[in-house]
Amino acid sequence: MKSALKEIAVGFNSLITGMRITLGQFFKRSVTLQYPHESLKMSERFRGHIELVKDPATGKAICYACKLCERACPSDCIIVEGAKLDGAKKRSVTTYQLDFTKCSLCGSCVEACRDGAIRFSHDYNLASLSKEEFVMDLFKRLETEREEEERREGKPASAVPVAVKPEAAQPAAGQTKVEVK
Amino acid sequence: MTEKADFLTGDVAAGQPPRETFVLNLGPQHPATHGVLRVKMTMDGEYIVRAEPVCGYIHRMQEKMGENRTYAQFLPNTSRIDYLSAMTYTHAFVGAVERAAKIPVPPRAEYIRVITSELNRISSHLVWWGAFLLDLGGFTPLLYAFDDREKILDLLEAITGARLTYCYYRFGGLCNDVDDSFIKGTREFVAHMRPRLKMYRGLVTENIIFRKRLEGIGPISQEMCRKYGATGPVIRGSGVSYDVRRVEPYSAYPEFDFEIPTFPGGDSMARYLVRMEEMVQSLRIIEQALDKLPAGPVMADKVPRVLKLPAGDYCYAVEAARGRFAVRIVSDNKEIPYRVKLRTPSLSNLSLFEEASKGMLLPDALALMGSLDLVIPDIDR
Repeated sequence: MKSALKEIAVGFNSLITGMRITLGQFFKRSVTLQYPHESLKMSERFRGHIELVKDPATGKAICYACKLCERACPSDCIIVEGAKLDGAKKRSVTTYQLDFTKCSLCGSCVEACRDGAIRFSHDYNLASLSKEEFVMDLFKRLETEREEEERREGKPASAVPVAVKPEAAQPAAGQTKVEVK
Repeated sequence: MTEKADFLTGDVAAGQPPRETFVLNLGPQHPATHGVLRVKMTMDGEYIVRAEPVCGYIHRMQEKMGENRTYAQFLPNTSRIDYLSAMTYTHAFVGAVERAAKIPVPPRAEYIRVITSELNRISSHLVWWGAFLLDLGGFTPLLYAFDDREKILDLLEAITGARLTYCYYRFGGLCNDVDDSFIKGTREFVAHMRPRLKMYRGLVTENIIFRKRLEGIGPISQEMCRKYGATGPVIRGSGVSYDVRRVEPYSAYPEFDFEIPTFPGGDSMARYLVRMEEMVQSLRIIEQALDKLPAGPVMADKVPRVLKLPAGDYCYAVEAARGRFAVRIVSDNKEIPYRVKLRTPSLSNLSLFEEASKGMLLPDALALMGSLDLVIPDIDR
């Protein structure tokens, strides 16, 4: 009898303690975000999929297709092709294919690159209904970006520069499938 | 074990084979296993006659993968064996290679490794805490746990760039140095976490319903731990003070003052208390490491670009959140290892389940399974 009463008292006490903690939460600030309407800024070192870096002087890709990244990749998801263009001293990249379905975002490619020609993008809203959209040609992507920028600069000064939206994975139109080595 | 006999129906208790049993498949998709683990249970009513874990549903041949790629290429895989304590797993692999190639690691890198590993241990325990209570029927604690875990993930994301599969350590050091905002943020986190742990105690640990679910449930003896090679909080919950950080000191751990929490009960409650106390100790280690954090480089000077380990057999063990994780590398002086053996704690901790759950009620067996803190990719690897 006595122990049963004691148990009730202890049980009631633990109930009150729990309720007090829960009640306290009502007066605390909310820690969540309403995601599609608000989103967090990605940290500086966030590892998204890789992208090519532009040379600020020429506006073209720094990459000259040395293929170090291709060799460093543990999942064989990068295929780089380069060619020596007429009148150029160095080779330059012509295709930079990233199969993002195979990529594990380890960053070995970025570390292997000696010239800082690739970096992590901050894109994280990557969703698609088809697998092919994740096979991206980063070189083409960079070129389209550059062309768009040039077009914008070419416009009269009255045109308000539109903030560049973080692009989602660009559908690689007309791209052939990656051959498995 | 007279207590155990009380659980059984007449047949099994009287030493007779049960007259009627049925087979219950727990999993491979079951919320209580937190992954694809299947447990084939022969039941006598609500009582377990035999529970046989069936592994292999998420086997990814991590060891075989280690044998056909270079050391640097295998490094990202180590984060994916136990995704909840990726830091400590990378630490073991990196440590094994450093031991073999005799690469000296700068002290600053070792200290940061300790800080990040301990943060990772806390975040891993928080996930376990939330998920364990979810198994027992309490939903709210999970949200509290994830709120605190989020703070750790934000800190680690800022320095590593990833939230789960960090891959932050390199052979000879770290890929990035930490900045002042990380150090400040970590100090704030330590200050924030202490009262939270106190709150957890009031909310859960002292709750009478919770205690009744765990006290005396699923006893695991020291002998059983030794037999199956159980480590980590499971063996410490049986009263054995075995912690790799103490028995095979590695990294900068000998320089810190911390205790190895042990509880002699051997029941699910003891394992619960060990993990709660471990979080307190981890906070202590982090605080000391932040105070003593030396300046200097975070990467060794001469790390060969193409790594070839001298022929031999190398092993490196760490204390992961679930127990002893050891990497064994057998090298034949090539770029690619001859053999990579991963000794994961969850497999050993799971293997005692069959013996420990004999004669238990099904919900009690799930409480026991939750207290083992199984991570299925860690079992199958």
